[in-house]
Amino acid sequence: MFFFIARRLLQAVGVMLAVGLIAFALFQFVGDPVNNMTGQDTSLAEREALKEELGLNDSVFVQFGRFIGNAARGNFGHSYRQRRPVDELIWERFSATIELSAVSALLALLIGIPMGVYTALKRHSWLSRAFMTLSLIGVSLPTFLIGIFLILIFGVTLNWLPTFGRGEVVDVGGWTTGLLTLSGIKSLILPAVTLAVFQMTFIVRLVRAEMLEVLRADYIKFAHARGLAARAVNFGHALKNTLVPVITVIGLQIGSIVAFAIITESVFQWPGMGLLFIHAIHEVDIPVMAAYLMLIGLLFVIINLVVDILYYAIDPRLRLS
Amino acid sequence: MARFLDSDLWWDFKHSPLVMTSAAITALMFLVALFAPQVAPYDPFDMASIDLLDALRPPAWAEGGSVAYLFGTDDQGRDVFSTILYGSRISLLVGFLSVIMAMLIGVLVGLIAGYKGGWLDAVLMRIADIQLSFPAILVALLIDGVVRGILPRGAHEELAVLVLIVAIGLSFWVQFARTVRGSTLVERTKEYVLAAQVTGLPDTLIVFRHILPNVMGPVLVIATIQLALAIIIEATLSFLGVGVPPTSPSLGTLIRIGNDYLFSGEWWITVFPGLALIVLVLAVNFLGDWLRDALNPKLR
Repeated sequence: MFFFIARRLLQAVGVMLAVGLIAFALFQFVGDPVNNMTGQDTSLAEREALKEELGLNDSVFVQFGRFIGNAARGNFGHSYRQRRPVDELIWERFSATIELSAVSALLALLIGIPMGVYTALKRHSWLSRAFMTLSLIGVSLPTFLIGIFLILIFGVTLNWLPTFGRGEVVDVGGWTTGLLTLSGIKSLILPAVTLAVFQMTFIVRLVRAEMLEVLRADYIKFAHARGLAARAVNFGHALKNTLVPVITVIGLQIGSIVAFAIITESVFQWPGMGLLFIHAIHEVDIPVMAAYLMLIGLLFVIINLVVDILYYAIDPRLRLS
Repeated sequence: MARFLDSDLWWDFKHSPLVMTSAAITALMFLVALFAPQVAPYDPFDMASIDLLDALRPPAWAEGGSVAYLFGTDDQGRDVFSTILYGSRISLLVGFLSVIMAMLIGVLVGLIAGYKGGWLDAVLMRIADIQLSFPAILVALLIDGVVRGILPRGAHEELAVLVLIVAIGLSFWVQFARTVRGSTLVERTKEYVLAAQVTGLPDTLIVFRHILPNVMGPVLVIATIQLALAIIIEATLSFLGVGVPPTSPSLGTLIRIGNDYLFSGEWWITVFPGLALIVLVLAVNFLGDWLRDALNPKLR
């Protein structure tokens, strides 16, 4: 157990160092940070002083070490364009992305799991076929197009819901939330649905496939033979055994929700981290790009680590080797 | 040819209207994209043929529309139908080339990892595992962003298509590599390989002439499915403004341009390129799904 976790941890650190190297390389290849931080009227002496202060005269290795050290403490320097500390910029937008992702994940689960169970139990009903066709179309539709069509229907034509921004937000102990105001909730609906569609179609197909697999198992046939009610077999035995793999796979999907949030945030001008990142790419704002890169890397490494350890805890066969 | 007409694949194909329709649509869109300059009623990038007086005309059947512009015109007076034809050309070009690039890298890595084994295999597959834990679209976006950061600003427009192909190609190689490695591991132990080794053939010749043809079947299925994904990723990145520039727009860029006019009621500039994209992706997806099932005897 100890060695397994230690090896995984070491690997996670390795991945983070690799991501850090990419982020660091960005700074090395793109322009001169001094030029990016000063104006035309800065004297040569001042530039030299700034260069020394930023540590640009040290060797590359020392700089990389310092970069990793700073990054570990959440210090990514100042944004080239907005001239404010990057960690501040990200923290401001953190709550927006988390709220959007959490609400859409919940939406996807609450709709996707029942739909998946239904299509597995009633395989040949017309409703199941309709669900499956819809889910195939849902998988094929690009996220941004879903967003645009929702805007066109509910925002422009019907004029029911707001189509950009977060609405009114309330500050609760440093965490801004839009869930406590009517305009905040209304603004959340379209982006959350957009982000949920892909995850939902994915969950429907996953739950259906797993459920069909379990329903074929001998212990289900035996439960029927014992004369248990169909309801008890389907939900007490089959669904319960379906959910273990489903939960792990959905855990791995959390990362992809945050990734697809970039697209949704751009469509709806949702003031989250993804929108910040896209703007940073447009403006070649390296410190922001580097910070986001490291943050996403960290998120994925943590998710994978947790899932690996969970697998190990759940499946005793892994402990043998 | 006679063998093909007699095969299960062809029989299966003939008896599925959905698949035949998908194939017809895919073929049609390919041809139309290929011959866009001949088919399109206007050349949307020829300044002489554009008239600003024709800007923002609705589709032909709507009030104020004209038969001359079937799907209406955009803000610069370009015929939307023609821009879609030229746009799907770029979308398909990026899609094809990026999948080919991913296929070349993936097949090569898979062959080496599977045939050589040992530490090289362990390292390559570890890298593949790690990359696979990130969604392809995120990997493509990050590579695209990093390359854009490194390139000088002036070069963005000229190199945009190339950068996109590399970014999408690099985000897709893993699927190919894993599948090919799996099949290579199986093939490696078969007698014909052993025989080739005994006769003293060099490893490169064994791998490319003898093993490669035997592992290509699943690769083609993956390539079809990846093509639809690549088209989606290209469109998404272009929509986000980090893909193909507006000077020679792809379908994604057209949707981005039209998005600015959504609120003033000029819906057709966005909706028609969007529908073209959906039809293209759906058709290729259905085709890929069918090909996967048809070539996999286990699923019959």
